[in-house]
Amino acid sequence: MISVENLSKSFILHILGEKRIEACRDVSFSVPRGGFLGLSGPSGAGKSTVLKCIYRTYLPGGGEVWYDSATRGRVNLAALPDREVIDIRTREMGYVSQFLKVIPRVSALDVVMEPILARNRVTRDEARRRAGGLLERLRIPSHLFDAYPATFSGGEQQRINIAHAVSWKPRLLLLDEPTASLDRDSVGIVLDILKELRNEGTTMIGIFHDAELMETVTDSIFRIR
Amino acid sequence: MQPLIRVRGLSKRFGAGCTLCLSSTGPDRESNVCPHCGSVVACNDVSFDLYRNEALGIVGESGSGKSTLVRLLHFEWDASDGSVELHRSAAVPALEDLFADDADYSHNLPGLSPFRKRQVRNSLMGIVYQNPFLGLRMQVSAGGNIAERLLGAGWRNIRGMRKRSAELLERTEIPVERMDEPPKNFSGGMQQRVQIAKALSNKPLILFLDEVTTGLDLSVQARVLDLIRSIRSEFSLSLLVVSHDLGVINLLCQRTMVMKYGRVVEAGLTDQILQDPQHRYTQLLVASQL
Repeated sequence: MISVENLSKSFILHILGEKRIEACRDVSFSVPRGGFLGLSGPSGAGKSTVLKCIYRTYLPGGGEVWYDSATRGRVNLAALPDREVIDIRTREMGYVSQFLKVIPRVSALDVVMEPILARNRVTRDEARRRAGGLLERLRIPSHLFDAYPATFSGGEQQRINIAHAVSWKPRLLLLDEPTASLDRDSVGIVLDILKELRNEGTTMIGIFHDAELMETVTDSIFRIR
Repeated sequence: MQPLIRVRGLSKRFGAGCTLCLSSTGPDRESNVCPHCGSVVACNDVSFDLYRNEALGIVGESGSGKSTLVRLLHFEWDASDGSVELHRSAAVPALEDLFADDADYSHNLPGLSPFRKRQVRNSLMGIVYQNPFLGLRMQVSAGGNIAERLLGAGWRNIRGMRKRSAELLERTEIPVERMDEPPKNFSGGMQQRVQIAKALSNKPLILFLDEVTTGLDLSVQARVLDLIRSIRSEFSLSLLVVSHDLGVINLLCQRTMVMKYGRVVEAGLTDQILQDPQHRYTQLLVASQL
């Protein structure tokens, strides 16, 4: 499904006298369709960098990221034109960051509804029903549905973030410490939701703070040195 | 999908020009004034595609050439060089003959007669300027401003035009009972919203937004940006968003071009431009964000 080959990334900071920071080097792994790969390694090893290179938030410096797209076949995400990356992000590839990047003045329910409406070809009512169901399941009190997530607690924001990323059932999901700011009960709910997504065929690559937790949810682990 | 407009090598020079103009200006020379002949290279060799329903950001400081680019695309200024072509799918009946038989793209738009350019502009384009004095007649009523544009787009029925004006003003949150007042009586945020109503009146495919929120109070800015976001999906517009504010670009655009001294120094996905900027100038710009 996805195969990362000799991926390298360094940052050249022109405004700090051409300082060069190597974020990852020669990372290679592959994930079969429906698989769940965990990325482990010490802080600063480049785990997030690898995810961001796959999502193309970072421009990979070297190597290839081969992805079997549902709509355009096997593509190298590392070198794909911007417009096609946007298309794959819209139709197939989701990303959960460590923190919610709030879109100002958009309600919690709308944040979760928007990707469903954009991708799943359902009516507004159906999208609202799905989004509401997901938020309820993640224990967001219903009186917060029409409030702006910017005012929510860290844990609530992160649950909105996860709901936003999983609501439309992406084909490939990248998870960067999705459970770091959640309490134990919420972590359990999130893991159940991820399990269901996998049963429906979503392939995942994830970084988890908690090594034990990573062991239980993933089916293989790649250690970045 | 093929792009709605295809821009290749678009350039604008003010002054006589000499053979050294291009090699003596640009980001590496930190100037857009040619030291040999004094010509100003306002923008040079700009190429990009704009697709349907997409918002493309153009970011850069004053003098980077971003507004020049909009004026060339909106046919306010004549380009010195380069081409702008329109995809056939955008053709309205009045513009059919811009396309050669079987050609997917039109003839070069800047090369058309002034009359034809006005036709293209009136039927396909809308613009909102930073300075509302450029986009509105301040002494003419808000409704009259919109009606003027509708006349340009071929409307003739007064009652129909008045109805359409009222709808647009309502959509842009201007109280309809004030449609007979001139925009000079309005606040800055309201003037911008009248400009947006006017720009939307001919149902354009392409909307140019030139620093539309610069100089507005934060809460007013937020309201204008929210309006732009909602009309964008409602009218399925292609937006060209010019701003020096990375926050505005980040909110509206999926792709961004960075300009400096008349050249495009970098282009990419907006999140990539913000998190992994490649060019020295972009790195400085991102690091300078509040």
